[in-house]
Amino acid sequence: MTIWKDYQLAYSLSEAVEAYNQAEKPVRFVSGGTDLLLEIQQGSHPTMKTLIDLNHIGEMRELKMVGEQIFIGAAVPVSQITNSPLIKKHAMAVAEATGLIGGPQVRNSATLGGNVAHALPAADGMISLVAMDATAITYSHSGYSKKKILELFLGPGESALANDEILVGFEFSIKKSGEGSAFNRVMRPQGVALPILNHAVWLRRKDHVIEDIRISFGPSGPVPTRAMLVEEIFRGNKLTAETILRAKETILETVKFRTSRMRATAEYRYHLAQALLEKVVKIAWNRAGETE
Amino acid sequence: MKEMNIKITVNDKEYSLPVIEGEMLSDLLRERLRLTGTKIGCNESECGACTVVIDGEPVLSCSYPAVKARGKKITTIEGLAKNVGENGNSYLVLHPLQDAFIQYGAVQCGFCIPGQIMTSYALLEKNPNPEIKDIKYALKDTLCRCAGYPSIIGAIRAASESITSGKPPISPVIQTSRIGKRIVGQISHRPDAIAKVTGKAIYSDDIQFEGMLHARVKRAMVPAGILTELDISEALALPGVQAVLTAKDVPNAKTHGLFIKDWPVLVDTGEQIRYVGDAIAVVAADTREIASEAIDLIKFRFEPLPVVSSAVQAHLPVTRKIHESGNLLKHIKVQKGIVSEGFNEADLILEHTFHTNPNDHAFIEPECSIARLTDEGRMEIYVGSQIPYSDREQVAAVLGLPENQVRIIGQLIGGGFGGKEDIAGQIHAAMLTMKTKKPVKLLFDRQESLIVHPKRHATQINIKVGAKNDGQLVAVQTELHGDTGAYASLGEKVMTRATTHSSGPYEVPHVNIDCYAMYTNNPPAGAFRGFGVMQSAFAVESMMDTLAEALKLDPIELRKKNALRVGSVTNTGQVLKDSVGLLECIEKVENALHEKAGPNPFVPVPDPDDPTIVRAWGFAVAYKNTGLGGGAPDKAGAEIELLPDGRFEVRSASAELGQGLPTVLQLIASEELGQGTQQVQVLLSDTDLTPDGGPTTASRQTYVTGNAVKYTSKAMRDLLTSELAERYDVSPEKIEFKEGLAQIDRQEVQLSTISQNLRKDGITPKASYTYWAPETKPLGQGGDMHVAFSFAAQAALVEVNTITGEVKVPEVIVANDVGFAINPLGLKGQVEGGIVMGIGHALVEDFILEEGRVITDRLAKYRIPSIYYTPEITSFLVEHPTADGPYGAKGIGEICLIPTIPAITNAIYNAIGVRVDKLPVDQEKLVSELQKHKQFA
Ligand SMILES: Cc1cc2nc3c(=O)[nH]c(=O)nc-3n(C[C@H](O)[C@H](O)[C@H](O)COP(=O)(O)OP(=O)(O)OC[C@H]3O[C@@H](n4cnc5c(N)ncnc54)[C@H](O)[C@@H]3O)c2cc1C
Ligand code: FES
Ligand code: FES
Repeated sequence: MTIWKDYQLAYSLSEAVEAYNQAEKPVRFVSGGTDLLLEIQQGSHPTMKTLIDLNHIGEMRELKMVGEQIFIGAAVPVSQITNSPLIKKHAMAVAEATGLIGGPQVRNSATLGGNVAHALPAADGMISLVAMDATAITYSHSGYSKKKILELFLGPGESALANDEILVGFEFSIKKSGEGSAFNRVMRPQGVALPILNHAVWLRRKDHVIEDIRISFGPSGPVPTRAMLVEEIFRGNKLTAETILRAKETILETVKFRTSRMRATAEYRYHLAQALLEKVVKIAWNRAGETE
Repeated sequence: MKEMNIKITVNDKEYSLPVIEGEMLSDLLRERLRLTGTKIGCNESECGACTVVIDGEPVLSCSYPAVKARGKKITTIEGLAKNVGENGNSYLVLHPLQDAFIQYGAVQCGFCIPGQIMTSYALLEKNPNPEIKDIKYALKDTLCRCAGYPSIIGAIRAASESITSGKPPISPVIQTSRIGKRIVGQISHRPDAIAKVTGKAIYSDDIQFEGMLHARVKRAMVPAGILTELDISEALALPGVQAVLTAKDVPNAKTHGLFIKDWPVLVDTGEQIRYVGDAIAVVAADTREIASEAIDLIKFRFEPLPVVSSAVQAHLPVTRKIHESGNLLKHIKVQKGIVSEGFNEADLILEHTFHTNPNDHAFIEPECSIARLTDEGRMEIYVGSQIPYSDREQVAAVLGLPENQVRIIGQLIGGGFGGKEDIAGQIHAAMLTMKTKKPVKLLFDRQESLIVHPKRHATQINIKVGAKNDGQLVAVQTELHGDTGAYASLGEKVMTRATTHSSGPYEVPHVNIDCYAMYTNNPPAGAFRGFGVMQSAFAVESMMDTLAEALKLDPIELRKKNALRVGSVTNTGQVLKDSVGLLECIEKVENALHEKAGPNPFVPVPDPDDPTIVRAWGFAVAYKNTGLGGGAPDKAGAEIELLPDGRFEVRSASAELGQGLPTVLQLIASEELGQGTQQVQVLLSDTDLTPDGGPTTASRQTYVTGNAVKYTSKAMRDLLTSELAERYDVSPEKIEFKEGLAQIDRQEVQLSTISQNLRKDGITPKASYTYWAPETKPLGQGGDMHVAFSFAAQAALVEVNTITGEVKVPEVIVANDVGFAINPLGLKGQVEGGIVMGIGHALVEDFILEEGRVITDRLAKYRIPSIYYTPEITSFLVEHPTADGPYGAKGIGEICLIPTIPAITNAIYNAIGVRVDKLPVDQEKLVSELQKHKQFA
């Protein structure tokens, strides 16, 4: 009863998909393994006959700018993302979020692909990608396809990826003048080691007005969402105490938080969401101002 | 893409190894290459002990598939030090990090050290000049439970300087004893430090024997019930399984325990399951995987019983009885004066109820025992145990063997803190060896460790204090309920200590205390650093601050006014004859506090840049007994032999948990025998070779075993002197001992020559001595209940985020009265580790149980402080020698942790006006209380 019987290293996407379809079942893709292997070891995930490792597939290890887009390969270790000057310049929210995943050793194995594919409603990297309005590039037996990040989830722990569908990478627009993003979260030191709340903001300012904004909170609901109605409060408005107050009220009215035992009550989450919103929006605003 | 072999380079050596299913890199390194310096602390990516460097990056080898390392370059702890020089003349050159870790005293139990050094190594390779914040960032998930984090940080900085300058690391400045002698009281490095920084140190799980089987235990995993059916047939039939044993196979005594033997070796059908960790069956198989599979095949049924989940519930008359004798393990009472009269005299009476939670020791090394039969048929057990002689007694009793047929060979212990005093796997491994005649290793995984071994007692403490308007305490009444869990373990002793210390280190004329140590269906509670005193100090020190506020007195003044001093009578009627440094501790901390924070350290100060952050200091004091006390005979034996090579070997079966006992014993023997420390080696914890040192508990080893070694050294000197006086025909006064030799009149003779000559004549130059600590009186009889007390004062600065409720402790000031600082470097480690553990208990650690089930059954859920929690520490050494301690020394291992917790909670009150009366601090509760305050305001 070992964790796996056959651990295969794939060197190209087509090889990986072929290996997947021919493998002795049950079979799974694995990247850093920081979620999957631990879950199998601890008995919360069935053991696998075959694991197909995606870490050696060249295009999944790339982190680059392609025209107006930033591309982050799904198998790039998150430590590289967080330290990347390119990401720090274009997507501070992603740099900050990936810098908080686990500890330094975990970050050298963990990937953004695994973070998203695992589909937990408070995965840090994923929440930051939602605010960046990222698009996922996937590959399966039917070839490449593109999906908006929010289309990737069906429920907690359940992604919308087909069986043999691999997340190849994520792309989002480069930072243009007047744009900025930020991420933050609150943990609880004791007990269950998951964030109580995490939060990402991307915005574009024009003069003294927030022209556009994207806001995400986790965990809120079974699948990640954007706080659209809170965004509406900001859009087209100045960042005043009044706007912030209305946005905070809108969180209470429109964002769903629930009580998770031994972690946080819904009330505390609402309280934190309001406090984080003010803080994170201001940081994003200031960052946006630096390049306006 | 399928290759049959894994080609890898490990420490510059190339290997090509066949692929093994499911193998992690750590297994490949430890089992196949026998590079056991890479440690397994959790196997769940939490602790960092298994860190190795792969192509320059630190990675957790416990969750890194071995196959994935194909083609990569791996560096492990064994690859850092370099052998230089020619064959036969080669010597080891340590990496500057290894050198600096030793110099700074960053090595304690040593179990985490390979991980710490490898993580730091990767950091320095990338960033040769890291700042403190870079170090904290890099080491965030490399946990050290001995918590020498400040020393680790210091060591890394020194190594970094050394690498840049090319010179050896600069030694740290460490406070030494004010009254130090030639050797004792001076800085000395641990005898085992080099082995620990190079990965050569062997812990139980690093040992392998030919043909060794692997054992696993089927646990009840339900907290209460009657075992009705048990079926092991499928497990027995599984290929590779060599034995499955149940209660029916227990040869002799059916239960074990440290004093009260109420803990079943295995639960039999028809018997009660009393907690989730109860053992139902044990399996030995060819591999650990097969053993794990086998325990899943063992089926049992049980009739559930209502769960008794708290001490208070257990005490209710209607509650079901868990043991035949009832749920009350012990009612402990303290009475001094007439408490009602005291309260009549009081101008102010305050009362409050406090709650403390259970804690886990979370030593990084999980429990491991290996049993094997010698060719002569004796049972040998290799185990990191805090009480080897007690293990021997308990194993022998269960196996039905005479004690001399069992030998406990104590191994290095990767942290204990009280959690390795009870039997863990020793008996089960020995039973399986008896059955199979093969060596058997029983290693707990982290989950098993968290579920099975005894915890810190959860308590409810009601405390009522009466005082005069000027702050004079006149009466204290407390009622304690302690949750001792399913079995007695050391519950009675722990709760007795909680009881007697529950009116604080103060002289109070009228005291009345009742304590109920109760059985429940929770995991047993037993010894844990602080031993009950931590809990009662939290209650009484919180009350002292409340009292100071109500009386409008300075909290420090209030404590000074009531503090125990020489001549005071404690609540058990002990007159303190000497060594009461409490006032000096308070004054030292007070002065430093005023210097740092001005005249009003206890008022809240908002951060000028971020008004949501508020800071304030808090203050607390504590005392803690040294030695078993309470009438228990407290003795330790020691033996010293002059070896043929002229070095002395000191032997005692006392345990080294990382606290530095071998250094202490080495220093004492060197001092007394006129030697340098190089001339003295220490052998611990082997029931065949070392005399009984008694339990390593109650901060007693420096005092009791220290004395034993001191007197044995004298006996050794006398023996040599009289032999030499006769042989050389000189008067004994003309004989002196110096480094490696004896000065006999004007002639110098090598100790090796002396030893060899004596041996030729059939004399083994060996002396032994059993030291008996001064007699103590049982509780209730007045007189000296303890041989000595240690004292401490602490001030903690907290930083509260009033929006999120998050609390940080950036600074701590501490003064400890340790009598005499025999081993200042070890003392520093104890103090730092104690404070960080205190911060952990206050802010981080919560062992969560729900109806007897362990929720926090992984290290990911039972969090312990990381390097991020390291405060800046200002530490003062106070030395009020105690007459009978070796050079005046008393215990330090526990006192250092006790005042940290109330100092923090008092600081939180000072910062935001919220009184924490339940541990640990709950950030959400702080926020909701703050909001309530705002509504009223
Ligand atoms: C100690 C520790 C701390 C952690 N802390 C955090 C934290 O603070 N925040 C946080 O968000 N997470 C945290 N995690 C969780 C985890 O590390 C991250 O979610 C990580 O990003 C997962 O990536 P991975 O490559 O290791 O995933 P894996 O374990 O390899 O895979 C996870 C799942 O995704 C699938 N998968 C992986 N890659 C792909 C792909 N390219 N295409 C399709 N499917 C794929 C796998 O089949 C599997 O089902 C922590 C984990 C540990 C062990
Ligand atoms: S053993 Fe690998 S992280 Fe603990
Ligand atoms: S020295 Fe770090 S755990 Fe003991």
